[in-house]
Amino acid sequence: MSLYLDVMTSADLTASSRLAGMLSSLWSKGSWRATMSAMSALLVAAVGTTLLGVIGVVWGAAIFSLVTGAGDWAHVAVYVAAVIVGPVAELWAVQGVTALQRSRLRTVAGTDIPAGSHTSERKPWPVGPWLSASTWRHIAFHLLSIGIGAAAGAVAVCWLAPALAIAYLIVGAPSAATTAVSCTGGVVLLLTAPWLARQVVRVDETLAKALLGPSHNEELALRLESLTKSRAAIVAATDAERRRIERDLHDGAQQRLVSLAMNLGIARARFSEVPEPVKQEIAEAHDEALMALSEVREFIRGLHPAVLNDRGLDAALSGLAARAPLPVRLKVDMSRPAAPSVEAVAYFIVSEAITNVVKHARATQAEVTVARDGDLLRITVADNGAGGAALGGTGDPDGGTGLRGLVQRAASVDGTLTIDSPPGGPTVITAELPCES
Amino acid sequence: MRIVIAEDSVLLRDGLTRLLSDGEFEVVAAVPDAEQLLKAVAEHQPDLAVIDVRMPPGFSDEGIKAALVIRRQYPDVALVVLSQYVEGSYATDLLSEATNSVGYLLKDRVAHVNDFLDAARRVAAGGTALDPEVVAQLLIRRKDDPMSRLTPREQQVLRLMAEGRSNGGIVELLKVSPSAVEKYVTNIFAKLALPPTSTDHRRVLAVLKYLGA
Repeated sequence: MSLYLDVMTSADLTASSRLAGMLSSLWSKGSWRATMSAMSALLVAAVGTTLLGVIGVVWGAAIFSLVTGAGDWAHVAVYVAAVIVGPVAELWAVQGVTALQRSRLRTVAGTDIPAGSHTSERKPWPVGPWLSASTWRHIAFHLLSIGIGAAAGAVAVCWLAPALAIAYLIVGAPSAATTAVSCTGGVVLLLTAPWLARQVVRVDETLAKALLGPSHNEELALRLESLTKSRAAIVAATDAERRRIERDLHDGAQQRLVSLAMNLGIARARFSEVPEPVKQEIAEAHDEALMALSEVREFIRGLHPAVLNDRGLDAALSGLAARAPLPVRLKVDMSRPAAPSVEAVAYFIVSEAITNVVKHARATQAEVTVARDGDLLRITVADNGAGGAALGGTGDPDGGTGLRGLVQRAASVDGTLTIDSPPGGPTVITAELPCES
Repeated sequence: MRIVIAEDSVLLRDGLTRLLSDGEFEVVAAVPDAEQLLKAVAEHQPDLAVIDVRMPPGFSDEGIKAALVIRRQYPDVALVVLSQYVEGSYATDLLSEATNSVGYLLKDRVAHVNDFLDAARRVAAGGTALDPEVVAQLLIRRKDDPMSRLTPREQQVLRLMAEGRSNGGIVELLKVSPSAVEKYVTNIFAKLALPPTSTDHRRVLAVLKYLGA
């Protein structure tokens, strides 16, 4: 029972609050903004489609006249000129009206429609844009804007309905029935106006987004472009950060460690007459400091070798090859240097590939080749080891991870990395990194 | 032995000064950049200059450039260049001027105090002291790979020779007999087609010339 009452009450409330909502929406900001937006849509649609229509009609008439017999040469010249100029003028008008619609949507409705498609706009005038899908999508919008304009006109009629009804009551000689109809009609239409205005705006924006905005492909292309840019920025920033850390470590901790180890070394060399345990302690401390120093040096090299910055890839790789615990033949042909971030990726690919060779390949020698091939930097690391290296790393998860790391390094600058490693060897890792010349 | 030190890090400059201020060594000037180094060498005419490669204002290869100037103007001054990393062109630049009284060491090596002092003495006495990494890199740069003709043991001996070690030093380091070392050296000369000579010094020069060719 009480449940039933509750339901009744809430139903009553809903009905009355709905009515209140409809009434208050008559003077709500949103309704007026929607109405203004619909009116502007009407205005722009009227002006725009008239312009497009007139050009279209003139063009069509010129063709018609040429086909049906044009008369004297002066007329023929005018018609031919119109036929030639027509599409260009129409194109100009389409783009102009499109820009006008975008600007209307931005200023009146607050909807920003990105222009998108740079590629289609780059197609050569006057034929190119006619072949682009986006031009036809724009034309479709302009045709549909006639309907939107008509609906916007209906919104205006709804707002004016009470005034029209009153005018009819005063001027006409209504019977009781027509009085009732016009009064009811005026009120109902007035109450409908805010809703209709909002619907018009909604449809207008939806169509504009679908037809004036970038298409799905264009959106993807834009997104790809922005992602490519931001990734390049991240790679460069990471690179710069590594360089900064390298520099800080070199200027700070490493110098201090060298100095510490040197002081301990001096003590070790000079205090020969101190008791044996003290000598022992000093010697151990010196050895520890030397170990720490060599660890820090290796760490810094792994971060970003300074030689790469100062002397380029060739010099950095020869250092790498010289330090490798197996003989590494090195052939570097860098006619033009690549971008610093690409050289850094190349260096680390070689470095990690050699580490992999040492760890897993059971090889006795390796060969590294780096060469510019047009806009590509091609890197190969070959060894004479046991082969069987794979990205999946089923047998040896660690080896797999190392190779996957190499692929990721290459991908970070849009490069590719392939591994050819039949069981029994030899293994050849080839990386191709794009670099603008 | 009178020494000039050029090193921009205060910490290392002080450390080097302390290290080289004992017994036969005497530091007559310790300066922070290449310009002051050239002034100090002109003023003191030292026996040895210990030079950091990377110094102000450019922090690139100011030390190498200064070393080359010193070599041309004061050929009697022995040079030990300290570098953060091995750069083949630095080494060949230095060695192309003259292959005597030159050292090229990684900076960290100064912490191996005795080795560093040995190297300083060797260079001041007219010999060479190349970092093992320098030798390794110079060998990699060879186009026809002379190393492939040598056995691993002979390669090891060649490296030590190129670093400036005497036969006696090699005997001590490799824990082999003097006659064995002599045999390795003869083999190396034969395989690399180098004429055998009597003194250690000329032997090293020949090796270096071969490496730097």
